[in-house]
Amino acid sequence: MVIFLQGCKLKCLYCHNPDTIDTHGGTEYEIEDLVQRAIKMKSYFGNNGGVTVSGGEPMLQAKNILTFFKRLKEENIHTNIDTNGRVLNHPVMQVLDNYTDLVMLDIKHVTEKGYQYITGKKNAQTSFNFAKYREDSGKKMWLRYVLIPEITNKPELLHALGEQFKNYKTIEKIELQPYHKLGIHKWEALGWTYELNDARENTPEELAQAAQILSTYFKEVKIN
Amino acid sequence: MKTLEVKPSLDKNVVSVKEFVYKNITPYYGTDEFLVEPSKKTKKLWEVCKIATQEERQNNGVRSIDTETISGIANFKAGYIDKENEVIVGLQTDELLKRAMKPFGGYKVVLKALQEHGLEPSKNIQNLFSKYVKTHNDGVFDAYNAEIKKFRSLGFLTGLPDNYARGRVIGDYRRVALFGIEKLINDKKLDLENITGPMCDATIRLREEVAEQIKALKDMIVMGNHYDLDLSRPAQNAREAVQWTYMAYLAAVKEQDGAAMSLGNVSTFLDIFIEEDLKNGVITEVEAQEYIDQFVMKLRMVRHLRMAAYDEIFAGDPTWVTEAIGGMLNDGRTKVTKTAFRFLHTLYNLGPSPEPNITVLWSPLLPDNFKKYCAKVSIDTSSIQFENDDLMRTSRGSDDYGIACCVSYQEIGKQIQFFGARTNLAKTLLLAINGGKCEITGTQMVNGIEPCTCEYLDFDKVMANFKIAMKQVAGVYNDAMNIIHYMHDKYYYEKAQMALIDTNPHVNIAYGIAGLSIVADSLSAIKYAKVKPIRNDQGLTVDYIIEGEFPKYGNDDDRVDIFAHNAVKDFNNELKKLPVYKNAESTMSVLTITSNVVYGKKTGATPDGRDKGVPFAPGANPMHGRDTNGAIASLNSVAKIDYNDSLDGISNTFSIVPKSLGANKEDQINNLAATLTGYFEHGAQHLNVNVLDKETLLDAMEHPENHPQLTIRVSGYAVNFIRLTREQQLEVITRSFHESM
Repeated sequence: MVIFLQGCKLKCLYCHNPDTIDTHGGTEYEIEDLVQRAIKMKSYFGNNGGVTVSGGEPMLQAKNILTFFKRLKEENIHTNIDTNGRVLNHPVMQVLDNYTDLVMLDIKHVTEKGYQYITGKKNAQTSFNFAKYREDSGKKMWLRYVLIPEITNKPELLHALGEQFKNYKTIEKIELQPYHKLGIHKWEALGWTYELNDARENTPEELAQAAQILSTYFKEVKIN
Repeated sequence: MKTLEVKPSLDKNVVSVKEFVYKNITPYYGTDEFLVEPSKKTKKLWEVCKIATQEERQNNGVRSIDTETISGIANFKAGYIDKENEVIVGLQTDELLKRAMKPFGGYKVVLKALQEHGLEPSKNIQNLFSKYVKTHNDGVFDAYNAEIKKFRSLGFLTGLPDNYARGRVIGDYRRVALFGIEKLINDKKLDLENITGPMCDATIRLREEVAEQIKALKDMIVMGNHYDLDLSRPAQNAREAVQWTYMAYLAAVKEQDGAAMSLGNVSTFLDIFIEEDLKNGVITEVEAQEYIDQFVMKLRMVRHLRMAAYDEIFAGDPTWVTEAIGGMLNDGRTKVTKTAFRFLHTLYNLGPSPEPNITVLWSPLLPDNFKKYCAKVSIDTSSIQFENDDLMRTSRGSDDYGIACCVSYQEIGKQIQFFGARTNLAKTLLLAINGGKCEITGTQMVNGIEPCTCEYLDFDKVMANFKIAMKQVAGVYNDAMNIIHYMHDKYYYEKAQMALIDTNPHVNIAYGIAGLSIVADSLSAIKYAKVKPIRNDQGLTVDYIIEGEFPKYGNDDDRVDIFAHNAVKDFNNELKKLPVYKNAESTMSVLTITSNVVYGKKTGATPDGRDKGVPFAPGANPMHGRDTNGAIASLNSVAKIDYNDSLDGISNTFSIVPKSLGANKEDQINNLAATLTGYFEHGAQHLNVNVLDKETLLDAMEHPENHPQLTIRVSGYAVNFIRLTREQQLEVITRSFHESM
């Protein structure tokens, strides 16, 4: 069960849920209603499934997530957060330390320049700080990384990414999301200009090469 | 050179197939890695079959028809696809895909089918059947009364097996391989001796039936001789076990052309012989897979002669060679063997196919590797369906069962089923609103219902009237069933299949209903919104104006799901009160096959906002496009129907786009497996799974030549998509394709 929370401070060029960026929008749900829905779905979750909050950037609503996840843990339901790691305040730390089984941390870019290009915001360091915090807690984490030829999929960038995290013990795997243009229509629907028109999709060889490089640093590399 | 010491280690000192399986099974917990490609012989043979099926499609769906011979167990000489490459032999007729006349179900149907292809039966057969021979169909119409005919022609009862064979009976085809026919004959002779007086109806009938069975067994030996096989003795190795089992099935499909002619659950049984030969070094995995590939190929080539109208109810020329795979034994061991994998693997070796109708008996206790492989095959081929083994095994008792037709539990060799088509429950609901009259013709169908004259439909009144209507419709339905099965036994008794079943078995009568989601949503609209009937000058309601919102079945909302649950319970309870021929046990299914289209055509507008003539949702499915809360909510609604109220099965056909199952193959496999486990933990019974993008189907409509083997699951079976009519294709495409869980 995935819940997309409305609102994000970043505006990534390739965002495939641009309709969730605006912090004024979305539909309000009572937390307990969502808990009840999760309970009805519980038998379908299997060994690895559970509730994932994504977005938008879910940690913008960390206080609500705190309440929500606390209830889910009472029901013995697995909890995941899909985050860009930009927010690391007290409520976020409480969510992470007490109620989050798995963090899926999106690494946008390893360089400051690249980070700014993609997200429109400064401070690539925030996601590294977030990762470090999770690592120190000793709890499970996956990394996620969008592969765009020339922009994020270049051997030197991938090596830098590997070097950054190679000693982390809590990272179980890195998931690679090959860039695709499926979200473009949503940008058009919002009346926004899609600025990544020049980017192309990866060739199978490029994907294989990226996976090969990263596999020297991470326990598991998975291409979505 | 290494010499092999061959030691017979199988324990054949058994009284039943079940005991043989218990004593000799080798459960398999490993992965699919051992599987191999098709052999050269198999590839050559499959090429011939593919060309033949292409010719069939190009020739209006029929390659050729024999107009001289009445089909029977031993009435055709041997036929081959390509003899030197055939490891498993036997065809229904003397030529591949040549169809045969089986006129004892109904001569007119055979005549019509031939005429549609510009043919007619030989003069001799015309003479016999127009002057001397009485068929099942003749018998039924002699006994039908005016009321039954009225319900039938106006579409309240549809698809009744009154002019064709009823099917659904599953012979225990394994018995021929395990015991040989000679022993089976001796056993039946003993049974016959023991059926003694007083000679009342039941005893006389049973004596005649067993005598027929013995003749059928003798005919099977003759049929085997045509292929130089000695079926009188037990099979002595793996190839013979497969061959003998197939021959027994072949006898059934030579004699009968019932809508559904299931195979049963042969994979675990056959695996024992295969394991033995592998262990003794007599064969390798190549031969093991070759036997199964070629057996399955033969099953794919089974054909019956049908008239075009038949296609409206059962689209795509199905034969329901249903084989149940997997499941658990009552002692806690799994029935999964390597041969379960080999059967599934045919969908890669020979490509996807609707037949045989492979049904996986699912339990959370199945080996994980098998669950994953099933999920993978389902995602790759959309050719298999799943049923809840824990539910059926524990509530029905036996762990040795197959699936009759689409979804129905049938203990092998111990029980049979009387197929009962279905009642149109949506039309029954309309009787409640129209003073007991047919909403289209105005014909009075049931009595004791006051016409509604108020401006808005009153829930309590409609509900009370609906119960009156259900009671009377159930009565007429039961009358029709009793006549049909009495006559089928009399004029078209399944002597080959019944010869492979215990004498005087338990019988379940398999009633059915269609239009469940329409009933649920209509009652919900009447209760939670305001429904204003628009009446014509005859006082019949021709349309409805709905003011306001109402909860819809398929969204895990108890307010409406309870109506579906209760309609099933109430109608089943009405049926249970009625006496049945041969003291059969009354059971009911929620299943439509593809007849949801034709049922829709025959049904006027309904209070849920469905227009006149619009197709129903299939089986127990929520109505197309109304299950808007995601896949799991839709599944949970269907799971609320109580299996105890619908022991013949509750069919749900589920289509999901690949990406909503997961971003990559591994996630998709794990998520599908988890979905099945989750659904069945809610007490659900059956799930057809399609993992497809709508675009693929649209492309197949435009370019059928690019998708010759595209298979999709419909209601309880699978079809080759390009063999559906355009109307049926469009209906499939309008179904809900879940884009989120």
